[in-house]
Amino acid sequence: MSQEAKAADSGLRIRTEVKAQEAASTEVREADIVIEDLNLSYGDNHVLHDISMDVEDRRVTAFIGPSGCGKSTLLRCLNRMNDLIDNVRTTGTIRVKGLDVNAPATDVIEVRRRIGMVFQKSNPFPKSIYENVVYGLRIAGIHDKATLDEACERSLRRAALWGEVKDRLGESGLGLSGGQMQRLCIARAIAVEPEIILMDEPCSALDPIATLKIEELIYSLKDRYTIVIVTHNLQQAARVSDRTAFFWLGRLVEYASTPDMFTKPKDKLTEDYITGRFG
Amino acid sequence: MSPLLRSLRRGDPLIWFTGSALGVCLLMIAGLVGVILVNGLGFFWPRPLLEVTLRDGGAFLGEVENREQIPNPGHPDHLKKSRIQLRVGNRDLLGFDFKWIDEDEIARRQALPEAWFIERREYGPLIGTPVLLKEGEAVRARGPEAIGPLLPALLGKAERDRAAIARIEKGEIGEINYRIEQFRLLDRKLDLEARKDPSRDQGRERERIRQAVEEQKALYAKKQEELGRIVERAAPTTLTVQIAGGREKELRTLDIYRAYAANRLGWPGRLRIYAHRLWEFLRDDPRESNTEGGIFPAIFGTVMMVIIMSIIVVPLGVLAALYLREYAKQGALVRTVRIAVNNLAGVPSIVFGVFGLGFFVYFVGGTIDQLFFSAALPTPTYGTGGILWASLTLALLTVPVVIVASEEALAAVPRSMREASVAMGATKLQTILRVVLPAAAPGILTGLILAMARGAGEVAPLMLTGVVKLAPELPLDGFFPFLHLDRKFMHLGFHIYDVGFQSPNVEAAKPMVYTTTILLLLIVVLLNLAAIVVRNRLREKYKTSAF
Repeated sequence: MSQEAKAADSGLRIRTEVKAQEAASTEVREADIVIEDLNLSYGDNHVLHDISMDVEDRRVTAFIGPSGCGKSTLLRCLNRMNDLIDNVRTTGTIRVKGLDVNAPATDVIEVRRRIGMVFQKSNPFPKSIYENVVYGLRIAGIHDKATLDEACERSLRRAALWGEVKDRLGESGLGLSGGQMQRLCIARAIAVEPEIILMDEPCSALDPIATLKIEELIYSLKDRYTIVIVTHNLQQAARVSDRTAFFWLGRLVEYASTPDMFTKPKDKLTEDYITGRFG
Repeated sequence: MSPLLRSLRRGDPLIWFTGSALGVCLLMIAGLVGVILVNGLGFFWPRPLLEVTLRDGGAFLGEVENREQIPNPGHPDHLKKSRIQLRVGNRDLLGFDFKWIDEDEIARRQALPEAWFIERREYGPLIGTPVLLKEGEAVRARGPEAIGPLLPALLGKAERDRAAIARIEKGEIGEINYRIEQFRLLDRKLDLEARKDPSRDQGRERERIRQAVEEQKALYAKKQEELGRIVERAAPTTLTVQIAGGREKELRTLDIYRAYAANRLGWPGRLRIYAHRLWEFLRDDPRESNTEGGIFPAIFGTVMMVIIMSIIVVPLGVLAALYLREYAKQGALVRTVRIAVNNLAGVPSIVFGVFGLGFFVYFVGGTIDQLFFSAALPTPTYGTGGILWASLTLALLTVPVVIVASEEALAAVPRSMREASVAMGATKLQTILRVVLPAAAPGILTGLILAMARGAGEVAPLMLTGVVKLAPELPLDGFFPFLHLDRKFMHLGFHIYDVGFQSPNVEAAKPMVYTTTILLLLIVVLLNLAAIVVRNRLREKYKTSAF
């Protein structure tokens, strides 16, 4: 089968999967993250152009688009991870639950405590499983053993990892399998009770079974947390998200509920992308 | 295709070329280590004694040290004849320890069964035949057969007596001297205060000091007396030894460290003496301007200096590397600093020594003396070379190594790990302390290993900043404050130089140079091994994800 035909086929399958979700995702929720006129450049390289969008509360929002389209950059704007990079200039506002993320007076530490993040490459610390999970609490100055134990178990349960690691919490987090490590990172992110979880291609380095587990996890987490997920995997976007945003060359091309996006895209570019004609 | 061409294509010549380069390096290192080992470890082996009678009637008894062709350039007998070198000992009687003898002149060679090798306190070994054992004026035994069996008990007693004397001299009298010195300093302090405030009455304090000093002096006299009694009790036993050629020497048994009939020793006996000598070498203080006895103070000084240096250099280097790598804005300035730091590692070590002398010893030490030890002036306390200044100078010398290694270790911590921490709401400091430093620790330790290896072998800067040929006291002892950072110390590297090139008796000192070198190498290896074990543990603990 040619590359193109394969992609077209996958587009077809996505549409059928999406149908099932359609009913659940139509209700409009209040906005949790409001992005207005966001522009970002690395030096002379203008990466994000006039992005304006709302992310709804306790929904899964997927960012899709070809490599280099700025979707990860946008995600990293939400918890100001771009601060770590030199020469970044951002204009426009991002409000998370009313808090102006980019305002000079805003405590960036506070922003990051409220917004958890899961990375493409699972990155547990070279510490024990237990210490990995309670890291956020420890740096927040919590030393009470009972609180930490309780948070550790709760987070691992929510990340569907408790059963697999409960007998070896003292072992290194790096001794786990790839999928377990990624779930450990999710547990670590939710241990501090954030309101929003950002996921930057969380499954791109995992095998299909581990991917499935993470997707189930995302599904179960969305009752509690607002989740924004960047993914290259269109099927994944269709499976887990309620709303999807399509980016192309640093611009937001289309942003709609996932069923609409995958079944009746308004923009030609979007349609070409999700049916695999380019990208 | 010809086999040659095929071999070229496979890259065989390059393999041979690179392999030979490695081979040459290994050969040179193995050669160096081999020469040191053979020369150094053979030193303690008790060799048979050979009596050589010359045609002119002279006779010499000693260990055969060497044999070589006699060079006589331009003559037909050049390198045709040979000569042997005998270690004849008896320096006090003969005036030399070693003697070259042409084999042409030798009339007779003979391994005397009654030739004894006697190690004593002064003048190197005595080699000869024991003829008379006396206690005071009374003769206890005559002739080697009668004396031989009596000697072990006598020598054991001599060793115990020496230990008792050392305990009193170094321990108890040392303590009394230390106290008297402390009271003298108190007295001096009162003098200084009196100059500032002449109106104050110091009568009571003076009186107390005077009394205390009197007390100590009385104690001192008592100890001296005790010492005298031991020496008196031990001294009358003397051994008379006849050396080759017929002269005799009378020796107090108290001064004999070891005696054995070299030609009658079996293998177990030789091994026992070998092990005993080796142990003595490690444990004892040096004797006879360092050519005999042990080198314990030098071992101790070296290890302690390296440890103090490590304690100073690691925090300094790691903090500097942290700033360079984590906080400084990466630009031309930081690059310049980095290059400068790298080049600092290439500055000749003597330059660091001169700097250490000028800055640490004279400036910092002098200032400390003025501020805190003014009572002792003009005798300097910190204003002269000492183990602290030597360690600081070495820390300065090795800090570039630690900075470079730490920087690399910090750079190798994956960015994803820092991001994970920062995304959790950790501050930069928390990220560095909790994630970056633990992950970089193995690399930092590698830097420490390199620094220790460099620091332990350095000699030139130490000569200016506190190493001495013979240090009567260790920098760590039982007197408050226990750790005496102001004290001068001995060092194996300097010991090698001193014994090898400053010794009045070079021939006798030569083996000492080799053995000391072995020991220095061994200590460097041991220190490194310790650091490597720690590093591997850490690596195991903080090993980064393979995936």
